Amino acid sequence: MNLSLHSSPHMRTSNRVNRIMLLVIGALIPGILAAIHFFGWGVLINITLAVFTAVATEALMLRLRKRPITPFLLDGSAVVTGILLGVAIPSLAPWWIPVLGAAFALIMAKHLYGGLGYNPFNPAMVGYAMLLIAFPREMTLWLTPAVHDLTFVDNLRYTFLEQLPPNWTLDGLTAATPLDAVKTQLAQNLTLTEIHQGSTELFGAISAHGWEWINLLFMLGGLILIYLRVISWHIPLAMLATLFLVSGLFHLNDPDTFTSPLFHLFSGATMLGAFFIATDPVTAAATNRGRIIFGIGIGLLLYIIRTWGGYPDAVAFAVLLMNMAVPTIDYYTRPRVFGESRD
Amino acid sequence: MKRRLWHFHGGLRLPGHKTESMQEPIQAANLPRRLTIPLQQHIGEPAEPVVEIGQRVLKGQLLARASEYISVPVHASTSGTVVAIEDRPIPHPSGLQAPCVVIDSDGRDEEIEHTPVNNYTELEPSALRNVIREAGIVGLGGAGFPAFIKLNPGPGNAVDTLILNGAECEPYITCDAMLMQTQPRRIIEGLLIMRHALQARHCIIALENNQPDAWQSLNNALEDDEKTFIELVKVPTIYPTGGEKQLIKVLTGKEVPSHGLPLDIQMVCHNVGTAAAIADTIHEGKPLISRYVTVTGDTVGQPCNLEVRIGTPFEAVLEQCGWRDDRNDEILMGGPLMGFTVDNPAVPVIKTTNCILSWPTTSEQQTPMPCIRCGECARVCPAQLLPQQLYWYARAKNFDRVQDFNLFDCIECGCCAYVCPSHIPLVQYYRFAKTEIWAQERDKKKADQARERHEFRQQRIERKKQEDEERKRRKKEMLKKSQGDETDGEESKKAAIDAAMARARARRGEKTPQSGGKKET
Repeated sequence: MNLSLHSSPHMRTSNRVNRIMLLVIGALIPGILAAIHFFGWGVLINITLAVFTAVATEALMLRLRKRPITPFLLDGSAVVTGILLGVAIPSLAPWWIPVLGAAFALIMAKHLYGGLGYNPFNPAMVGYAMLLIAFPREMTLWLTPAVHDLTFVDNLRYTFLEQLPPNWTLDGLTAATPLDAVKTQLAQNLTLTEIHQGSTELFGAISAHGWEWINLLFMLGGLILIYLRVISWHIPLAMLATLFLVSGLFHLNDPDTFTSPLFHLFSGATMLGAFFIATDPVTAAATNRGRIIFGIGIGLLLYIIRTWGGYPDAVAFAVLLMNMAVPTIDYYTRPRVFGESRD
Repeated sequence: MKRRLWHFHGGLRLPGHKTESMQEPIQAANLPRRLTIPLQQHIGEPAEPVVEIGQRVLKGQLLARASEYISVPVHASTSGTVVAIEDRPIPHPSGLQAPCVVIDSDGRDEEIEHTPVNNYTELEPSALRNVIREAGIVGLGGAGFPAFIKLNPGPGNAVDTLILNGAECEPYITCDAMLMQTQPRRIIEGLLIMRHALQARHCIIALENNQPDAWQSLNNALEDDEKTFIELVKVPTIYPTGGEKQLIKVLTGKEVPSHGLPLDIQMVCHNVGTAAAIADTIHEGKPLISRYVTVTGDTVGQPCNLEVRIGTPFEAVLEQCGWRDDRNDEILMGGPLMGFTVDNPAVPVIKTTNCILSWPTTSEQQTPMPCIRCGECARVCPAQLLPQQLYWYARAKNFDRVQDFNLFDCIECGCCAYVCPSHIPLVQYYRFAKTEIWAQERDKKKADQARERHEFRQQRIERKKQEDEERKRRKKEMLKKSQGDETDGEESKKAAIDAAMARARARRGEKTPQSGGKKET
């Protein structure tokens, strides 16, 4: 009889990395469905291309790095990166946009740093930021919600051949996102009241048309993740509360120049960022106090860049900037150890 | 009045698996043919054998006496012949062998005469402690620290609260619960003796709220005997409430200081089993030669609690409970969270064996994934540490940093590794880091001593050289003088003798403080 010796504990939870990733993917579905509803099949095509490229790149990099391929492919993290990047890309993007972004994310932001668990920056956001800086035109071709009735095949033809059906033009199909439009018109010295009257199609019931639904459903998915204890509430709450408070203060002070807190919360990538991107455990702060600081930082940067910066939305930049601060935040927010004095 | 309870950070709610082994009353384990009694069954120094090979011993007879302060004697747990005093496999995480006294039982179980203490309240606490020490009693809850030391508050320390720990928080283990259920009076008697030794003001017996029968039985005994000054407290069933520091926090809201002892906040904590053993010693004069052991697990046919003689092989105990040796089972001593695997089913039951757990070996050893910094470990850590940072630095062998993050406050409860979604054996890394740090400290001490010795030697050589030169110089001078003036030869001789004596005096004077200084180092 040969008994094995190994270290305690001899019991474990059934929770695993791939279960966490699966739940995250599941929680993303409602928001993605809403995005498909408003922006067409392109969303699904982008996600598929990004996921496929992410997984293939992950396999290739694992092979080059001589790491076991199966356990790491099955952990699901590449799939999550692919989905997050795919859903952030405008639906009328040529095929090489998601492919390039996903490959860049996996190679430069993940595997060159040592793979899962070792990357200081959120890979999907690194991919997105690269695309936004390198291909600004392709990255702003958002379909006008509601006016699209491109079929799946039409969309596929555009993605791979950049051909639109006859009588359709890019200008007719696409429009600036509400965040973008408001920003541009504010720069032309229009007041918000005038913008509201001038372009009613931009606005919905509480925020931006279409976007408000997508944001609501991403928030729903995020709340489910908090309920299932997959993510903790600290980062989303700190980030959203900061965004709400700061935008509220400016809005109250000057409602004609500064958009309302609800507009900020439910447009652009706010909810996707708060619940799915900022909460990526690998790149976020790890202590509870640290998470709150991390969330506050993202909320502040998001508002600053949206309001005074060069980009209409800023989730990617805000998250990446705060990623840089994580080691410092973690170091200074170590909890009091049991038995240490309270002061 | 109901005591206000507090919370400690983190912890786990675990499946209990307690009822399986609580169906049958406690029975005596069979007398084995051969008993292997280790000389060291706890931290501290091993006992020194006082018997010889071939000698006949009686049940309860002293086999080995305590050597140093942190040491207690061991006794024969049945009558028979000493057949060997040598290294044998013992239940220890290392799987190594250690010195044991091996006794072949003669089946008669003949006992030596016991001399009980008639009235312990008339004994000085120090004398009482000595009786407890001579009976070989150690903490029966797990770590097995000699009980008499924890009954000594030390000069100038008053003990406010004496806590009897009946919070058996690990899954599967029920020996304390069964003891509380069936023999509340032994526990209460032991508590009163401990109270006398410690001169403690308050007494608490704490147990988890998943043991209502044990609570009922203790409560009845306390009420019948009008011992209501002893507080009986139910605490929530959260692992690791049974940890000394955690239990004190739950009961009083106070935290034992980091690197400190409960005594630093005027508390002392003992296991309920230890109390019962102390009662046996004082009232019946019996040394600690048996204990209750929970025998349970998926591959144990009839899980139960047995009273087992120290030295009985695990396999004999397991077989009595319907376990068969034909499978590749994993055998643990202790619970699934803090126990360890034994690689040889012949290892003996020792004073700290609270549970023998056997289940099928998990065939697939899942490879750990990288840490994804999810922070679950920090959420459950009862010491409020950052396990993932400790892991990071332990893995990098950055032992300074790992101590900055309070490695030595880790109680190795295993909560972090239990919840880790990457299945990283975190506790193993902490044990590794602790052992490495201890080894480094030992090496450093040795190096310091060697350096000191070397420096002394250099000094000595240097001094000798100077003295030699000085002597040569004087000789030369004297030679010159005697050549110049033959007549004062006598005088120069006398001067030379004086000088030599002065030198000798100086040397003696110099040496004395030096050798004194050496001793201190």
